[in-house]
Amino acid sequence: MHELMISQLSVAHGADKVLKDVNLRIDPGQIGCLLGPSGCGKTTLLRSIAGLQAVQSGSVALEGTELTRPGFQVPPEKRHIGMVFQDFALFPHLTVAQNVGYGLRNLKASEREARVQALLSLVGLPDNGKRYPHQLSGGQQQRVALARALAPKPAVLLLDEPFSGLDVELRESLAREVRHILKSEGMTALMVTHNQNEAFAMADRVGVMQEGRLLQWDTPYNLYHEPHHAFIADFIGQGVLITGSVCDCHLVHTELGLLKAHLPLGSQPGEAVSVLVRPDDILHDDASDWQLEVVNRAFRGSHFLYTLKLPSDELVLCMSQSHHDHPIGTKIGIRLEMDHAVVFHHQRNFENEVVQDVTQQD
Amino acid sequence: MRFLRGLPGWGWLTLALIILMSTPLWVLFSFVFEPTNATWSHLSETLLPQYVANSIWLMLGVGVGTLLLGVPTAWFVSQYEFRGRQLFQWALLLPMAMPAYIIAYTYTGLLVFEGPVQSALREVVPLTMMRAFFPEIRSLGGAIVMFSLVLYPYVYLLSRAAFANHSQQAMDASRLLGAGPVRSFFQVALPMARPAIIAGLTLALMETLADFGTVEHFGVAAFTTGIYRTWTGFGDTVTTAHLSLLLLAFVLTLMAVELWSRRQARYFALSAPRPAAHLPRLRGRGAWLAVFWCSLPVVFGFLVPGGQLLYWAVATAETGLNAEFALLVWNSFYLALIAGLVVVALAVWMAYAKRLFPHPMVRGTTRVAMLGYAVPGTVLAVAVMIPFAWVDQQINAWVQTHFGVSVGLLLSGTLFALVFAYAFRFLSVALQTVDAGLQRIKPSMDESARMLGANATEILGRIHLPLLRTSLLTAFILVFVEVLKELPMTLILRPFDFNTLAVRAYEMAADERLADAGLPALLIVLTGILPVIYLSRLIGKSHA
Repeated sequence: MHELMISQLSVAHGADKVLKDVNLRIDPGQIGCLLGPSGCGKTTLLRSIAGLQAVQSGSVALEGTELTRPGFQVPPEKRHIGMVFQDFALFPHLTVAQNVGYGLRNLKASEREARVQALLSLVGLPDNGKRYPHQLSGGQQQRVALARALAPKPAVLLLDEPFSGLDVELRESLAREVRHILKSEGMTALMVTHNQNEAFAMADRVGVMQEGRLLQWDTPYNLYHEPHHAFIADFIGQGVLITGSVCDCHLVHTELGLLKAHLPLGSQPGEAVSVLVRPDDILHDDASDWQLEVVNRAFRGSHFLYTLKLPSDELVLCMSQSHHDHPIGTKIGIRLEMDHAVVFHHQRNFENEVVQDVTQQD
Repeated sequence: MRFLRGLPGWGWLTLALIILMSTPLWVLFSFVFEPTNATWSHLSETLLPQYVANSIWLMLGVGVGTLLLGVPTAWFVSQYEFRGRQLFQWALLLPMAMPAYIIAYTYTGLLVFEGPVQSALREVVPLTMMRAFFPEIRSLGGAIVMFSLVLYPYVYLLSRAAFANHSQQAMDASRLLGAGPVRSFFQVALPMARPAIIAGLTLALMETLADFGTVEHFGVAAFTTGIYRTWTGFGDTVTTAHLSLLLLAFVLTLMAVELWSRRQARYFALSAPRPAAHLPRLRGRGAWLAVFWCSLPVVFGFLVPGGQLLYWAVATAETGLNAEFALLVWNSFYLALIAGLVVVALAVWMAYAKRLFPHPMVRGTTRVAMLGYAVPGTVLAVAVMIPFAWVDQQINAWVQTHFGVSVGLLLSGTLFALVFAYAFRFLSVALQTVDAGLQRIKPSMDESARMLGANATEILGRIHLPLLRTSLLTAFILVFVEVLKELPMTLILRPFDFNTLAVRAYEMAADERLADAGLPALLIVLTGILPVIYLSRLIGKSHA
């Protein structure tokens, strides 16, 4: 059980800054996950921790021992960090057992064999030791890659988009299984993904990255309900930003009424702000007098996602039960179920775009 | 003939064409059943053991040589950043422009008793010591060095691609599992690149066995020189054919190894080749080693022999650049032009036959066409000569009895035989290029063009031709250059008194007038740089 600490880490490719002052801490036995669009620097961060990427400033420390600081790098083979690669990087010329045993050359042959067998059993492939990687399915290769990375008992395990090469149906079940294995081994782990379902299924702590910055490092619950940035509000889950104005230090005035809110620092009364409204904040209620026009709708099987128009022409999303089938152009009743509104300084960029994103999906 | 069912007319035509084109090969194979004669028994007691032994020594020596030059350079260039890496990446291909027989001439000129190296050494070292210790370049060992210097690019090219493509992630994985860089290289990168390295090696060895000019000049008794002697000296068809078949057996074994290793390579490719964004920089001793090792083949495989050629060319320019030389250049270039056009046309035909009629019979026969490149020029020339001479005899006899005149050698005595042989030997070069180009044109493009109202002619003219243009040009240039530097087939099959650059260089060298070989040889090498430029651009693209 080890603690991974990253402080003020920066990486640049030439003039191009790929990571900017990243700070994060993973407690022993915890599973962390970096989430973000492609090109946000999450894989670079993982490779910097592994020692496969030179860093410009900042440090990576494992259990208080520095692995990296400017001008000093512990080579990857001395770090005691394991990694599962995106395309698994199994050695094609070695059998499954030889792959798993590759990092165990310091053990005696009999001990090595026992450890390899134990790991193959752990990942559910006890009888596949003599086969070659190309004879296995994608999911099986993934398990072998995991077993191989776990074999030398690394202090920290890194996983780079570990499920991206697999079928969609396989991903979530395997993600749960991998979480179970990591937890049972008490492994400290950090995973990279662009898929929030995987992140939420696997991780205790999730960090959202954008353009080389780690915007928020928090629990999945907090990322969804209390995002610190409009970008996170957009990236995690669905929702729209509507315009509001600050009333006093606890309330904002919007077209949906006066909402209790945590205001961003430095907000002045009367200032225009953006308020995050999730589809689950607005519930459909046939009995309600509060009626809004349906401008678009998407049938999702278990529910309908309606796009409704406010009197000011701003759009909001509303979730309703699957059998409440209302055509476009009609008005439906709604009620608000919002505990605390999330408020940002006025955002121009996200306002309409979010609504378009949602409607274009269908 | 159930397997031929469903083959359309065009397919039949293709089939017939390929069978016709490969006649020489079938005729040659028919000699397996011919009993041996007195020349053969004489040969098998005297020279044959030498041919076999020399071939084996050549293959071993060139094998080691090309590996030593090709693999480390590929590793340095693909894995590390160091001063001159960009330059070396393509400069390491330059020796490909230097035909083995030409580099052999230059080193003979440099290292013989009267040459500049020995003359300079004699100033400081006593003559008796020189006699005892200075190696004779015109020897088996010399030939091995020459072949290694110009054939290692095959190993370099294929192993560089293997290292660059799939080793990076595996190397990272190995490092993170606690293996240092050296152990990672020997246990992961090298075994993973092994199929590619073996494929490159077999190509280099096939070229070694096919060579005629070098072993001839160095007086190394080899199959090709033996075949040439028995053919031109004894005029013994049966023994020539038997020697040819024996050499073919060596070549086919190599081909089988190559095929096997390519099949292995399929399993060895990881799914997503991702070039490392930033290669680690070599410093200090490591950087010096990389620069030294990469310079070695470039300097001795291209710069030194190229410099010698340039020196000879300048020295003989005044007397050598005359009308006769102009005729030589004209002959070579229009011959290469005709051959290039014929081969590209054939390649287009076959590539389309394969695409339009994916019938197993058509696929199988186009594969036969690919065999041509494996057949050594000397063997192919003899194999072409045998049936063509026979047909010519029949024609002459018929015309003689009916019209009382002689028409001469219509097939075997004209450029027809030569172009035919070139076409068979170099078809695979062109076919591979055209095939690759055609595969980029997805069938769905044809279908969508058709849905938009285009007919077959329009599809060809407005979609295929523009998309294929570069592939066709590339195929043409590759064949053009191959024909220009080809020696043994041209030597055996050329019409009487028809000279090319390669033949002139050979004749001058055979007369010990090495300096006079300089001008034609230099022109061949300069043209040979064209495909090198093309290849290096390909590499540049795959890195972008």
